[in-house]
Amino acid sequence: MTGVPGSSRFSPWSGGVLLVALLLSIPVLVVVGYLFEPAGEVWRHLAQTVLKDYVLNSLLLMVGVAIGVLALGVSTAWLTSMCQFPGRALFEWALLLPMAIPAYIIAYTYTGLFDFAGPVQSALRSWTGWGYGDYWFPEIRSLGGAALMLSLVLYPYVYLLARAAFLSQSICVLDVSRTLGNGPWRSFFSVALPMARPAIVAGLSLALMETLADYGTVQYFGVSTFTTGIFRTWFGLNNAAAAAQLAAILLLAVFALIVLERGSRRQARYHHTTQRHQALNRFQLDWRQAGLALLICCGALLFGFLLPAGQLLWWALTTAEENLDARFLSLIGHSLLLAGGASLLALLLALFLGYGKRLHGSWPVTLAVRAAGMGYAIPGTVIAVGVMIPFAAFDNALDQWVRDHLGWSSGLLLSGTLVALLFAYLVRFLAVSLQTVEAGLGKIRPTLDEVARSLGTGSGEIVRRVHIPLLKGSLMTALLLVFVDVLKELPATLILRPFNYNTLAVRAYELASDERLADASYASLAIVMVGILPVILLSRSITRSRHAATA
Amino acid sequence: MPQQLEVINAGVSYGAQPVVRGVSFELARGEIGCLLGPSGCGKTSLLRAIAGFEPLSEGEILLHGRSVSRPGSTLAPEKRRVGMVFQDFALYPHLTVAQNVAFGLRGLKGRLQKKRVDELLELVDLGGRQKDYPHQLSGGQQQRVALIRAMAPRPDILLLDEPFSGLDIELREQVARQVRTILKQEEATALLVTHDQLEAFALADVIGVLGEGRLRQWDSGYDLYHKPGDRFVADFIGQGVMVPGRVTADGCVETAIGCLRGLFMQEVEAGQRVELLLRPDDVIHDDSSSFRLEVVDKVFQGAEYLYTLRLHDGSDILCLVQSHHDHAIGEAIGVRLQVEHPVTFPLQSSGNN
Repeated sequence: MTGVPGSSRFSPWSGGVLLVALLLSIPVLVVVGYLFEPAGEVWRHLAQTVLKDYVLNSLLLMVGVAIGVLALGVSTAWLTSMCQFPGRALFEWALLLPMAIPAYIIAYTYTGLFDFAGPVQSALRSWTGWGYGDYWFPEIRSLGGAALMLSLVLYPYVYLLARAAFLSQSICVLDVSRTLGNGPWRSFFSVALPMARPAIVAGLSLALMETLADYGTVQYFGVSTFTTGIFRTWFGLNNAAAAAQLAAILLLAVFALIVLERGSRRQARYHHTTQRHQALNRFQLDWRQAGLALLICCGALLFGFLLPAGQLLWWALTTAEENLDARFLSLIGHSLLLAGGASLLALLLALFLGYGKRLHGSWPVTLAVRAAGMGYAIPGTVIAVGVMIPFAAFDNALDQWVRDHLGWSSGLLLSGTLVALLFAYLVRFLAVSLQTVEAGLGKIRPTLDEVARSLGTGSGEIVRRVHIPLLKGSLMTALLLVFVDVLKELPATLILRPFNYNTLAVRAYELASDERLADASYASLAIVMVGILPVILLSRSITRSRHAATA
Repeated sequence: MPQQLEVINAGVSYGAQPVVRGVSFELARGEIGCLLGPSGCGKTSLLRAIAGFEPLSEGEILLHGRSVSRPGSTLAPEKRRVGMVFQDFALYPHLTVAQNVAFGLRGLKGRLQKKRVDELLELVDLGGRQKDYPHQLSGGQQQRVALIRAMAPRPDILLLDEPFSGLDIELREQVARQVRTILKQEEATALLVTHDQLEAFALADVIGVLGEGRLRQWDSGYDLYHKPGDRFVADFIGQGVMVPGRVTADGCVETAIGCLRGLFMQEVEAGQRVELLLRPDDVIHDDSSSFRLEVVDKVFQGAEYLYTLRLHDGSDILCLVQSHHDHAIGEAIGVRLQVEHPVTFPLQSSGNN
């Protein structure tokens, strides 16, 4: 820590920040670079045959998910924030629970529940006496099914942001609308919804980013989208360049969503005309309206969490004997090692970048910190491609050089090792850590440092006596969030893991691909259970802000 | 015995932009000083330079005879033995009141530390609040905790940066007087920064008016008001108007209100055109006076009315009158002048207020 703020001369710390940002940008730069590569033979083949399907399916999937998350997210947000009905306080946080389930895991459980041999169709047949082919039942393993699965677990993004928007606007304009004689429905459509639109659009774009990034669900349901296309081109056609070109197009779509999200958020800020909050005067629903409200909220909770979690639990209990073995323990060990290592590394880097920005906040440093946090929006598949290509090139070049000059083989140092995997996790999830750490640091006003110094406290002692106690909560949150994200991550792990190195997510995927859904339940259940932790954290912060608002 | 604080020809710059230039003043042990000026005058930068948070671009700062700041050499704040109270109080939210106060008491352990903390809390009427957290205190209480936390290690000088701006306006003067009592009891040397002259008058022994980065005058509140050294100080401190006049051969200033005689603050020459500063309390209401002026505006201030009176040449002067003399607008009232130290400045083209 230098003595005098404002002296923004180039320091080793600033240099380190720039270097980290540059390293973390490599995957994106590599992928973007392929946009300018001339199209090869394979690419022409792809363009003539399957590219149309990729584009069409990805678009249809996005439209389906958009409809689903808007319907579920906006309605539940409005009901729990603005209306009074039995169980409202419970739903307020419970509606976040579906976030704990990765889309590919909910897809496995619904397949188990609703396919031909599943309990639902079996029960139907035994009641009616129908046989195979006698009746029509919606096919869950379809594009529509994938959109439904993704909607069920992604609607909380819209729910969270829309809810915050409704709550913040309530005091200034909804009361006016009510004094002008508008009931709940008219107030909703004429005032609340238009004003909350930027927030809703921001939530929607986050959900759509996740949709574009999804690999597990669409692969399992056999829907050809960009992510499955990248896999097939790389591993089926063995063409890294064409895969990278597909990844580059996907990246452009993601960038469009980022621009949409950033723009909406900025707009959303202007709509908060007041910082003042007071106890809400919620619409009192009559019994019919309350029944409908309960139906919607229960439906979202039941189909988004209770049903799939229950199915997982049932499978787990019935297959405990075969699956609870040493192999499962080694899966847990691998996952803990990766998630723990990545979250710790991400935290250290986030602290390094966060303090760099706090102490040497010149514009190149600020920009570099921003760039280091861009990876979160980028699909794991794209990052994996962007890591694999340069790392493999480096390994090959090094190996060649060692062979030529020293006469032995250096083998694979980066690609195909845990280094590549951890690096990819950092690229994708550093943003989560960084955001939390920066928010924590932001709350430590500069005067808190200055008071300590005027009282004779040196830099190390300030960190120990002031920063660590004040940051503790943020640091734990940052660790937890990255830990859970890494645990759930599937496509990048699939591509970059060392040979035969299995994690919970990878094992669940493999078993499900072999139609051993029940056997996949242990790994899936473990992921979901850990995934509930950040949901609890989130719901606690919601309750806390509510108490603060009514205090 | 050296002075507690010596500021010698000090300057502070941000990049190439100088914000403070050529400031010199001294504070004796136990004295309370104040840097007063409008926002952007550089007073906070100067205070931060004394604390060691900003480097000096010129001059020198000495604390208790020890040079702490020179261009190119800035002793770190933690090595200066200064105490600082910030505008936002900057209390540590994770520490109790007692732990906050004890934060800088590293030499003092155990029972002695507790004794010092209790004694200070007692001094500011917060005895018994040791285990509370800052958010459980009112704004005024937080302010007092911030004050005694800075005082606890008995620093060579206590620096206060707009310490009352976070408080309700009605409270400020009262709190400022309390703080003065506390500082005097602890025999602390202190330097305050504020833009509010009433705060400065209530708290400080000696006040420096800063304008556009320069120290205009270093004086007592009384002398700043009655004997302002330049137009900037005259405008900034108190109310008043500038009345044009001319110096006559026998050394009196002839104005639209009459001829004024007295001890002039500045050298004047016969025939020179000047402006005379007239405070509202220089103009005395006297029903028996034959010199009568029309009331064009009046503001009720409780104990007094502030009347605006129109002179024959069309310019206005202010007059402070006890409020039972209630005259209507448009009425002519008798006044006479009672100016003990007439203050004049060379005529400027545009002079008002």
